[in-house]
Amino acid sequence: MTDQVTPPPVRRIAVEREPRVAAPTASPNGTTAPQPSASARLRAERPPVGSVRERMRVESVWLAYGDNWVVRDVSLPVRQGEVLALIGASGSGKTTLLRSLNRLTEVTAGAARAGQISLDGQEIHGLEVNALRRRVSMVFQQPNPFPMSIFDNVAYALAEQSPPRGRRRRRRSAELEHAVNDALRRAGLYEEVAGDLDRSALNLSGGQQQRLCIARALAAQPEVLLLDEPCSALDPISTATIEELIVALRESVAIVIVTHNLQQAFRVADHVAFMHLGELVEYGPGEQVFDRPAQQRTREYIGGAFG
Amino acid sequence: MNAHGGAEGLTPVPPRQSMRRPPRQSIASWPLLDRAGYLLCWATGIALCLIAVGIVLYMLIKGISYLRPSLLLESPAPSLQQSKAGGFLDPIEGTFLLTAVAIAIAAPIGVALATWLSEYGQSSRLARAVESAVEIIAGTPSVVLAIFGLLVFSQSFLGFLSQNAADGAVTGQSFLTAGAIMALLALPLIVGAAREGLAQIPDRTREASHALGKTRATTIRHVLLPSIRPNIAEGVVLGMGRVIGDTAIVIILLGGTLKTEPENGTPILGLLRGTGSTLTNYVYYNSPAGEGNAHEKAYAAAFVLLMIVLALNFAVTRISGAGNRVDRTGGGWWRIAGAQGLILRLRPAREPGS
Repeated sequence: MTDQVTPPPVRRIAVEREPRVAAPTASPNGTTAPQPSASARLRAERPPVGSVRERMRVESVWLAYGDNWVVRDVSLPVRQGEVLALIGASGSGKTTLLRSLNRLTEVTAGAARAGQISLDGQEIHGLEVNALRRRVSMVFQQPNPFPMSIFDNVAYALAEQSPPRGRRRRRRSAELEHAVNDALRRAGLYEEVAGDLDRSALNLSGGQQQRLCIARALAAQPEVLLLDEPCSALDPISTATIEELIVALRESVAIVIVTHNLQQAFRVADHVAFMHLGELVEYGPGEQVFDRPAQQRTREYIGGAFG
Repeated sequence: MNAHGGAEGLTPVPPRQSMRRPPRQSIASWPLLDRAGYLLCWATGIALCLIAVGIVLYMLIKGISYLRPSLLLESPAPSLQQSKAGGFLDPIEGTFLLTAVAIAIAAPIGVALATWLSEYGQSSRLARAVESAVEIIAGTPSVVLAIFGLLVFSQSFLGFLSQNAADGAVTGQSFLTAGAIMALLALPLIVGAAREGLAQIPDRTREASHALGKTRATTIRHVLLPSIRPNIAEGVVLGMGRVIGDTAIVIILLGGTLKTEPENGTPILGLLRGTGSTLTNYVYYNSPAGEGNAHEKAYAAAFVLLMIVLALNFAVTRISGAGNRVDRTGGGWWRIAGAQGLILRLRPAREPGS
């Protein structure tokens, strides 16, 4: 017991980062990325999108919890046909900004907002909150299926308030069945669970549960899908499945994803927004933000995380 | 420890090391006071086991030796000859009827109260006042509740709830009035169990429902209440145990007629407004302390009562076991909870064995 392993000394990563970032910055056209080739390949293989259309607009938004401003003067477009990734260290306000897009910040006491957030040109505070949340739905960090069957999880989301009566199989309408199956198919879960939709959702694996949550979020045909670190509780294979799903879905729904995994942001995002201490430091196409960041702080963050 | 560091191929298996625990410290080395305390704990534990076994065995022997099938099937009859005095069919009916009335009142109110306390009131001043009120009711002796009930229900404007004397005086005694006061006994248990269930549901489940554009009411109705069905069922069964076992309320508020005596009039309402008895007060009347003085029948009835309560306790254990499982949509517990599920209009998520 004498040869106890001493932990390695803590490295001050920030200092070591900079030289590593300098090299890719110098690359002429930005096609070579500092990531492992797998990420680059997944990014390169992303299917092209027909048209890009702006769905939400965040304009000079300030958000506070109590006296504490956690988001300061952020302006961003959210477009259908592309994935927007919000990156930044913990406490940079990414999640708060994301939650403000469907007014879920209001659940917290003492939350305040300044500035405008609009959905298809309408200020979201002018919309009825439950209608807004059906149009801008959200998937959380932890898979959180309801303690019901797979079918009921999706059927619950489909209904405006109360799920249709007669949820038991023999009384289900064909229309409802079709809508549920369609949502499961869009989330890439249908093939795996088709055999028994009456199974409890809690018996699914973590990755399947998260895809069920995506299916649930897609069921009401939202215009915008918000993802709050959707893969942080999942294994690499489930993560890859969900990343492919996100890329495929961006054609039909605007996607905003908060992630701490920069490789993931690089793989899935068309546009990347880097936030630091509540401020939007840099916003631009993924290639530009990762290869040629304009700001010193972005360079430090990306360099450190990739180093 | 670092013997297993095979340079090539498989890592060699490290030598087995015994994981035996160090020998337990002998009690003899403890200070005298600690030793005395330890022995006292041990002795009380054993004594309690002996008492429990004693009750069950004694009641079993006495009960079975006096229990006749006819006792379960005959109504009590006024007769000085014990062989003609009948059995205790009416008290058994009365026990079940009174329990049903009490639970029908207590379960919806209890679940509603728990939902309000946990989901809406939270730490507001009113919620704390309600919590204290529930605790006060839980702590009040049932005889006090019974006297209070008699005071309230003998008011003339509440006369429609109970059987009235020939001269029109309001007695305040009926299955309805006794059931209403019995509901107060069951209420704190149902509130407690339902609140515990709601506290176990993580906030992210509520958040997920809100993020789908569901109101709080929809979330409660379709997500939260179905998930706490095992807890509600557990509270209901515990409450039934209290109702079945109580004597004071029956003696004061159920009228003290050994036979179930419905009031003339509509069949069901007449029964509910009528008087009767339960097993507990049948035991009391027939015990040497009561008027009937037929201790054989008292033992037989006490045995039946004990069996009913033990069966309920067993049900509680089954239900709480089911409630602790992660999967709450499967079959099992709901068979027992089915009756309450009907009252609450909560359907199970799937059918058994489908």
